[in-house]
Amino acid sequence: MNITKTREEGKLKVKLEGRLDTSTAPELERELGEALDNVTDLTLDFAELAYISSAGLRVLLTTQKRMNKQGNMVIQNANDDVKEVFEVTGFIDILTVE
Amino acid sequence: MSELRVEAKEKELDRVLEFVNNMVKDIQCSQRAMIQLDVAVEELFVNIAHYAYGENGGDALIVAEMQKESAILSVTFIDSGMPYNPLQKEDPDITLSVEERQIGGLGIYMVKKTMDEIFYQYKNGQNHLTIKKKMSA
Repeated sequence: MNITKTREEGKLKVKLEGRLDTSTAPELERELGEALDNVTDLTLDFAELAYISSAGLRVLLTTQKRMNKQGNMVIQNANDDVKEVFEVTGFIDILTVE
Repeated sequence: MSELRVEAKEKELDRVLEFVNNMVKDIQCSQRAMIQLDVAVEELFVNIAHYAYGENGGDALIVAEMQKESAILSVTFIDSGMPYNPLQKEDPDITLSVEERQIGGLGIYMVKKTMDEIFYQYKNGQNHLTIKKKMSA
């Protein structure tokens, strides 16, 4: 998985490319853990994200909980397969998916 | 019928996925079915890797069979770890708010929701968990 971060003051955009699964979720968690200090607007761009498993959902949940305390989090451009995982798990209701 | 025996370790996940994907390579599968299959295989194998054995570790045997005519794929995960039926785990409450939401149990819940059949047996000192799914439309 490739993670590309673009930071502009309080705004952070994170573009994910590939698969967010058991093998790659810890990497995202680590990267976000360091990058989220003083971020008020987090945008996750899923245009190139092909796959998400529950390991990926776990990171999204902890990130959403953190961002609820310090600002906003938005998920953009998720494909239908990823959206379906959000729907099956009810994550569609707790995440902001645009 | 094909079999793959691997060490029950997270690092073997890619090999397990490759083995299962190889079973359906001649079938016209929807992208959706493939992703649901990958999610299920990942959840079930990683569960074994994390919980079946203690520090000494052990193996997982994956047995897969593709019925060409019906396009139904069956995959059985077998381990000799402690008896554990993941299907008995209570479904997570997926209506809770983000603060109350727990992540536990979501993986197996997704497997239940996306596979056509799933069943568990404990026999000969081994856990057998089987999933079945029709892979073509």
